[in-house]
Amino acid sequence: MLRAVAGLERPQAGRIALGGEVWFDARRGIHVSAERRRVGYLPQDYGLFPHLSVAANVRFAGRRDRPDLLERVGIAHLAQARPQQLSGGERQRVALARALAREPRLLLLDEPFGALDAITRRQVRDELAEILVTLQLPTLLVTHAFDDAGALAQRIGVLDRGRLVQLAAPAELLRSPANVLVAALTGANVLEGTAARIPSGSTVRLGGGGMLASSTSAEGPVQIAVQPWELELADPASSALTDSVVSVRAERGGLVIRLTRFTIHTQLDRNGYPAIEEGSTVGLRVSPSNVRVLRPDPSQPPGTEADVT
Amino acid sequence: MSTAAGRGTELGGGNSAAWRPALGRLTLVAGATVVIAVVMAFLLLPIVALFTYQPVHDLFTGIGARVATDAIIVSVKTNAIAFALMIAFGTPFAYILARRQFPGRSVVITLVEVPLVMPPAVAGLALLVAFGRFGLLGHTERLLGIDLAFTQAAVVIAILFVASPFYLRGAIAAFEAVDQTLLDVAGTLGAGPARRMVRVAIPLAAGGLGAAAAVAFARGIGEFGATILFAGSFQGTTQTLPLAVYSLFDANLDQAVAIGVLLIIVSAAILLASKLLTRSWTVSTSTSRSLAGRSIFVRR
Repeated sequence: MLRAVAGLERPQAGRIALGGEVWFDARRGIHVSAERRRVGYLPQDYGLFPHLSVAANVRFAGRRDRPDLLERVGIAHLAQARPQQLSGGERQRVALARALAREPRLLLLDEPFGALDAITRRQVRDELAEILVTLQLPTLLVTHAFDDAGALAQRIGVLDRGRLVQLAAPAELLRSPANVLVAALTGANVLEGTAARIPSGSTVRLGGGGMLASSTSAEGPVQIAVQPWELELADPASSALTDSVVSVRAERGGLVIRLTRFTIHTQLDRNGYPAIEEGSTVGLRVSPSNVRVLRPDPSQPPGTEADVT
Repeated sequence: MSTAAGRGTELGGGNSAAWRPALGRLTLVAGATVVIAVVMAFLLLPIVALFTYQPVHDLFTGIGARVATDAIIVSVKTNAIAFALMIAFGTPFAYILARRQFPGRSVVITLVEVPLVMPPAVAGLALLVAFGRFGLLGHTERLLGIDLAFTQAAVVIAILFVASPFYLRGAIAAFEAVDQTLLDVAGTLGAGPARRMVRVAIPLAAGGLGAAAAVAFARGIGEFGATILFAGSFQGTTQTLPLAVYSLFDANLDQAVAIGVLLIIVSAAILLASKLLTRSWTVSTSTSRSLAGRSIFVRR
């Protein structure tokens, strides 16, 4: 999709326009070539020219030296280095500076963290988020990781086999995913069950046993989605839903508890209920308004497209 | 015998069999040494013979003779022109063939290689019936007042025809190896097709292009069959160094040998240059080498 926007591939149908400028229109036979589109395109591995120094890479776009841009992305001291000598994060910044030297009207980022290891990833992501905020440039970012999209995007479009499933703010995707696919992508617990209508919504009998109340009215076989932080631990004796603990680990100031059917994120200080250890049985409680009833959608792993504007 | 020794190694252990692996390895090393020695002797002996045929002083006399200097001038001139034409037309041609998909592309690539498998004498014959006075284009040439056969231009054509496929084939492969992403990025950075080729594709393919050009150049310097049929062997006009060797062979063997030595030195220099070029370039543009490894071969 980014390649089509950049002008590197010609779609079979559709229309691509930025502002009032039409870049592609299948019906009218318009196709503006890549070199005339003024886009800043960062491919997955950044595509730095290995035979040119950092400064020369940036000069390629604007045909003049841009020490100000190197300064702006914090790599002025690397101007004479060769791309092969740089770390993944540094390479990304060079690519960014080079794209900016083009004075683009649109920034296209393809899997910007795909080439990075897990530790560098978070750091580079935060730096990129900072730079993007100061740039104030429309940016289109494609990623398979919801975490990355959520950290960078103002709006996220979820694509499934070329179709746009949902386009919304990250919080909105978490709150009301359009289907099972989107729910799974955001990291929600997705389970199957059978719903029965009640005045306040429905009760869902889950496939592996146990009941949950939902404020959504439904009837028959359904799938439900609950975010990991919306689940609370309760006394198993008095709970309609129980599960046994597979693993417990601390992460980012909280606890991630993996059960056989659910994953729970909980704060350390709310870890009041005794005996959360592997193999023990816990009760689960969740507010009916957080139990989302979804239409079933048997799908493959999705691709995400985040749109930062 | 070496098979038996190999099995001995596998079984290992027993004292009585302990000498067998050692003996086996010794035989292997000795055998390999003999094979290498025989092959190298066969390849190098004629060259050594050429160098030792006469005193070094006579070599210089031979190269200094009029026939030889004339041939050197013809060779340098015709090869330089052919080389320049080959690079100027062959490079964009190879780039287009390597990067563009079009119907008949593989047919074109195959046709480019036909001169490679054509006997040089047949190539000369083909050139003669194509461009010669009574050939395919002879009538057109007469109208335009051009007469190619047996001129220096004919030498250039013969060299181009026989040598440039070596360059084209290598150049196509070198351009195909360039990462498409880099050319795409260059496009989004505002570079049109020509700038993408000159600033990105050619520098990145430079190692392969240089090696291919060296092979083609060496082939051109040594060109004989096509030239002698299409251009003839006239001293000072069409008689290149290899043709001079042939014509002196009867008259003055000493001079022929002297020119032969000169040609060998030139060929060896080209071979060495192409090896060094390929190696330093591959290392300096590689993105996966460690810092230490790369700093040894910084491109000058």
